[in-house]
Amino acid sequence: MSGAPLVALRGVGKRFANGVQALAGLDLEIGPSEFLAVLGPSGCGKSTALRLIAGLAAPSQGRIVWDRAAEAATRAPGGIGFVFQEPTLMPWSSALGNAMLPLRLAGVPRAEAEARAAAALAAVGLAGFERAVPRELSGGMRMRVSIARALVTRPRLLLMDEPFAALDEITRWKLNDDLLGLWATERFAVVFVTHSVFESVYLAERVVVMGPRPGRAAAIHGLSEPAPRAPGFRTSARYADSCRAVSDLLSAALAAPAA
Amino acid sequence: MTRGARMARIVAPAALGICALAAWEVLVALNGIPPYVLPGPLQIARTLVADWTGLSAALAVTLRITLMALAAAIVLGVALAILFAQSRWLANALFPYAVVLQVTPVVAIAPLVIIWAKDATLALLICAWIVAFFPILSNTATGLDAADRNLADLFRLYGASRWQTLVRLRLPSALPYFFAGLRVSGGLALIGAVVAEFVAGTGGTGSGLAYVILEAGYRLQIPKMFAALTLISAIGIVMFVVLGLIARLALRRWHETAGAGEE
Repeated sequence: MSGAPLVALRGVGKRFANGVQALAGLDLEIGPSEFLAVLGPSGCGKSTALRLIAGLAAPSQGRIVWDRAAEAATRAPGGIGFVFQEPTLMPWSSALGNAMLPLRLAGVPRAEAEARAAAALAAVGLAGFERAVPRELSGGMRMRVSIARALVTRPRLLLMDEPFAALDEITRWKLNDDLLGLWATERFAVVFVTHSVFESVYLAERVVVMGPRPGRAAAIHGLSEPAPRAPGFRTSARYADSCRAVSDLLSAALAAPAA
Repeated sequence: MTRGARMARIVAPAALGICALAAWEVLVALNGIPPYVLPGPLQIARTLVADWTGLSAALAVTLRITLMALAAAIVLGVALAILFAQSRWLANALFPYAVVLQVTPVVAIAPLVIIWAKDATLALLICAWIVAFFPILSNTATGLDAADRNLADLFRLYGASRWQTLVRLRLPSALPYFFAGLRVSGGLALIGAVVAEFVAGTGGTGSGLAYVILEAGYRLQIPKMFAALTLISAIGIVMFVVLGLIARLALRRWHETAGAGEE
């Protein structure tokens, strides 16, 4: 990452009402249009970190610092897109209805919202499925609708919480590539939470490795490979080397005693 | 559901019913049971036809009370549920009283309602409503709280107003719950209407099927009692089927229980 970060977490901790300390002393910087992967075991507070960045919860300790120039635009409704592990669609609404929800909530007139949502659906490869309801779509297609909904407002920052974890390997690879394609054209910043070493190395410019709860950034691995990756990267020796390096960092983070 | 399975769902109970009716008729005929003890199905059918003028008028009265009570239960049940959903405090304060109203037997409340309400129809309507509204209220309230947590977060992220969240998220989420409650309330509205009329015992014009049963009982017109009973059951069955059909049509596109396996 170069230049001032879009958003930075400084010593952020989160303690829930039930006493569980999900995060402690987490430092994280996300550059404008950076693709950052956050890798860690289940329950290390990765999702909590995303919710804090999104403003859905407030940190108990530490601060979240936004870039002055970009803060207003990013934190306004629609400035941040969020993709959950589940597609989280409204089952009573069509793909188009789901994709245009953020626009309708912002008061965009129906005709304009429909046009923009249709374009977002086309961008994720779902042209022709506007009228289908979630029940009629496959798991991968539902996730595409979810991504279209997150991108329909053209956000500055896209937060993704293990979005492809429930999908089969082939669908997952395809969605990985499509996501990288969208990122290359739109240049939003991405925080991509995952527990897959291979996925994090394939997608991200930097991989932040988190240790077990309470989560903190145990190591950061910068990937020299130009992003988005060239075809064939997944089978290259450089990819394998990076996976091994990140794997070692993860093992070290897991072995280290919790602070 | 395959065509065969659907047929079986209609044919099986129909066949059982016809067999039972035939056995009943034979039993009555063979043992020479007098009609004032147990009339056979054929005689009940003949009574239905012969007394149709009086019976249909009573049917209309009972049906009207039932449907009006159900309509009131829908409007007030849903309105109360929305009110509950606005404030946890309000819901906590009011819900116990809704339960009290629900668990107190309507036969015990009916005499009071009849004294207080000037109009006999109004008294019956109130009694039937008391019996019918609770399932709609409690189901809709549960449904309004059952919206997907992540979707609710998404609405917050996009700065949705309270009204937008209610209309676009919570009410649609509550729809399947509402329809489940509606089906129960439909039956209860009928029970409430009949029980209240039994207690009220209003005679003369504008009396419903319950009064027909009471009056026929006094006069030992047992076939007529059975005919009125048949009509009450018929209302209940038709309501159950129609409400189920409405729910299926409304939820066809999205809810799993509605069209599951229909393709």
